[in-house]
Amino acid sequence: MPFNGKSGKFNASIGTVEFGCGEKAIKIGGENVLPFYTFDAPIENAPKVGVMISDLGLEAEPAGVKAYYEGCTTMADIAKKAAAMPGADFVCLKLEGADPNGENKSTEDCMTVVKEVIDAIDVPLVIAGCKNVTKDAELLTKASEVAQGKNVIILAAKEEDYKGIGAAAGLAYNQKVGAESAVDINLAKQLNVLISQLGVAPSNIVMHVGTATVGYGFEYVVSTMDRIKAAALSQNDAQLQMPIITPVADEAWNVKEAMASEEDMPEWGAQEARGVSMEVSTAASVLASGSNAVILKHPTSVATISKMIKELM
Amino acid sequence: MALKGLDIFKHTPKTNCKECGSPTCMAFSMKVAQGAVDITKCPHISEEALAALSEATAPPMKSIKVGTGDAEYTLGGETVLARHEKTFVSKPRFAVNLTPDMDIDAVLAEANKVDYDRIGERMHAEMVYVEFTGDAAAYTEAVKKVTGKGKTIILACKDVAAAKAALDVCKAEKPILCGADASNYAEMVEVAKAAEVVLGVTGADINDLYDTTAAIEKLGYKELVLDTTGKDIKETFAITVQARRACLAKEPDRTFGYPSIVNLSKIAPNDEAMQIALASVFILKYGSIIVMDTMNYARGLALYGLRQNVYTDPQKPMKVEPGIYPLNGADENSVVLTTVDFALTYFVVSGELERSGVPCNLVISDAGGLSVLTAWAAGKLSSTSVSKFIIEEVEPKVKSRKLIIPGKVAVLKGDIEAKLPGWEVIVAPNEAVQLVKFLKDLQANGEI
Repeated sequence: MPFNGKSGKFNASIGTVEFGCGEKAIKIGGENVLPFYTFDAPIENAPKVGVMISDLGLEAEPAGVKAYYEGCTTMADIAKKAAAMPGADFVCLKLEGADPNGENKSTEDCMTVVKEVIDAIDVPLVIAGCKNVTKDAELLTKASEVAQGKNVIILAAKEEDYKGIGAAAGLAYNQKVGAESAVDINLAKQLNVLISQLGVAPSNIVMHVGTATVGYGFEYVVSTMDRIKAAALSQNDAQLQMPIITPVADEAWNVKEAMASEEDMPEWGAQEARGVSMEVSTAASVLASGSNAVILKHPTSVATISKMIKELM
Repeated sequence: MALKGLDIFKHTPKTNCKECGSPTCMAFSMKVAQGAVDITKCPHISEEALAALSEATAPPMKSIKVGTGDAEYTLGGETVLARHEKTFVSKPRFAVNLTPDMDIDAVLAEANKVDYDRIGERMHAEMVYVEFTGDAAAYTEAVKKVTGKGKTIILACKDVAAAKAALDVCKAEKPILCGADASNYAEMVEVAKAAEVVLGVTGADINDLYDTTAAIEKLGYKELVLDTTGKDIKETFAITVQARRACLAKEPDRTFGYPSIVNLSKIAPNDEAMQIALASVFILKYGSIIVMDTMNYARGLALYGLRQNVYTDPQKPMKVEPGIYPLNGADENSVVLTTVDFALTYFVVSGELERSGVPCNLVISDAGGLSVLTAWAAGKLSSTSVSKFIIEEVEPKVKSRKLIIPGKVAVLKGDIEAKLPGWEVIVAPNEAVQLVKFLKDLQANGEI
C-alpha cells in the first residue's frame, strides 16, 4: 500500500504584490501552501532575491563584494552591476549616509543618489532608509516622490512614522509600503491594520516582520513567521496575508562571527567565508520560515540562495 | 488519536492495587492517557488489552537511541511540527561524510577542530557517515579507522556481507546500519537484529520508502531511521517534510514515525555554501541527522547557533552563567558594565561592546534568564541584586569603581549608589546599538 499523504493545501492564500515596472516587474506572494511545499500545490511566484547597495559606496564592504564591483566609480555603475549580479531579481538601495549619527547627508543629496540609481537600472527597486525614525520620515517621504512611476518598495514604515511614509508611499505616489515591526505577530498585524486604515490597499503592503542572525535569538524570528503564515493560511487572517520581505545582509554581516578578524580568531578561519555562511544560513532559514523575498549583499550568497530557491521550486 | 483515560480504565483490573505506583487504577489510566507513564507499568493488565492499548497510546514518533557512552544520542520523539506549538526535543546531529578512498584520519582531524562550548552546549560533529563503495575489505578498514573515535557511526551499506563484516568491527558502539531497501530488507533486518543496532531504511521514492518501512515493521523490527534523501534537493525536502507531517498528523501514520537522515553530500556535492543553506532548511524542517562533506567553523558557527536557537524550549529562557566577562582585553582597572543573564541580551550587548573596542568588564548577575525590563518588573534585577553581586563577586577581583547600568533601569541609579559606597554609577543608553558610540564618547572624554 503506497504512502497516502494528505495535502497541506489551504483554502486561503498569501496576497500577491507586484513591484517594479515593465517586463522586469516581479510578483511575490500568492501561495496557498507553507514555504516550498510544492508537493501540496504549485507555488506560482518563487521567492525573490535582492542585492543591497549603500549610498556610502563600497568602502566598508568585504573583499569579495569589492572585487565584484571592481571598476565601478559612480552609484550608477554600482547599481547596474548589482542588477546584473547572477541570481539577483531586484536591487535594494540603502540610504545609510543620511543617518544623523553617521555622515548625516542631507535629504537632497540622498535624492540625487536615488535618481541616479533609478535612471541606471530597469530591475525593481527597494529604497531603504537609515533607521533613524525622524530622518527616515523625511527621507522616505521624499524618496516616494522622486521614484514616482517606478513602483518601488519603500522600506520601511514603522509604528512611529507610518502615517507620513505610509501616506506618501502608499497613497500619494503609488509605491509599495514596507511595514516594519519587531519580531512579534501582534505588532505586525497592528501595523498592517494601521496602514490599511490610512487607505492603503493590502496589495500595496509588504511586511518586514523583523529579523535576527542565526544564533542570536533567531527562534523568535522563526516562530513569528511560522505563526504569521499559520494565521494567514489556516485562519484566513486578511491582515496577515501580506507577503514578507526580509533584509538579511545588514544583520548577518554585523555579528561577531562575521566581524571578528582572522588575527583575533585564528582558529575560526577566513573571515569572509564566515560572513557568507551567516548570510546564507540566515537567508535560507527565513525563506524556509515564510519570507517571500530576501535582501543580501555577497555575490556567493546571492548565487547560492537563488540556486536553492530554483532547486526547491 | 489519543485514548481517553476512561477507555484505558476499562482494560485495567480496577483493583487499585497500587503496584503501578499510582493510588488508583483511574489515576493510572489518566496518566497513561496523558503519556506520562507507560501502560506496561501495570503488572496485571492482560496481554490482549496491552496489545490493543500500546499501539494506541504509543507516541506518534519514536525516540531512537543510537551510539554509546558520551556519543549516545536520542533522535526523534517530536510531538509538534512547529516549535511554538510546544517545543522541539531532539536536536539534529551532524555527520561527516566519508568514503574508504579518503584519508579518513585527516578528514576527521580537520572536522574535529570544531569543538567548542556555546551557552553550555558542546558543539561538534557528533557522527560519521561511512559509505560503502563496492570493496568490502576497504570498507571494513575504513570502519576500523572511525571506531573508538567517540563518534556515532552510520554504516551506509546495502551489501549484506560487507555490512556484517563492518558490524563485527563496530557493533559495540551501537552504530546505525543504513542499508535496508526493497530488495534486501529481510536479510538486513536479521543482520541488524543480530547486532542489536538501529536499521536505516532507504527507498527509490517516498512510496517505496513507505512500503519497505511497513514491511520491516511487519517483521517485528521497529528500531529504525528513515533515509529521506531523494534524487535531488526538491525530492529530499518533499520526502522529509511529508514523512514528519504524516506521523504527527491528527490521525498519525506511525509507519513514518521515525527520525530522518538527510545526506547533503549527495544532493549538493562539494558545494559548501549550498550545504550550509540546506542544512539550515533541514534544521528547521525535520532533519534528524544531517550528513555533510565536513565540519568547519564557517559551517559550524552558523548551523550550531541556529540549531541551539530553534531547539530551545519556548517555556525555558536560555541563560548564560553569571560571572565577570572581560572583553577587548579588559583588566582589573577597566570599567564595569552590568546586564541580565538572558542569553539574547548577553549576546547582543557583548557583541556591541566588542564592536566598540573599549576594554570593559561585563558583569552578568542571576536575573532568572529574563530580559532587562521583565527581570526588573519581576524583582529579579534590583538595586539589591546588583549591589550584592558586585560586593561579593566583583569587588574582590576588579579595581575599577565605575559601574554602567542598562538605560532601561535608570531608576535604579540612586539606590545602587546608596548600596555601593565608593562606586560611580553611569546610566547607559536604552538600546544596545547605541553602546558603541556611548562607550567611545566616554573614553574620548576620559571618563572611563
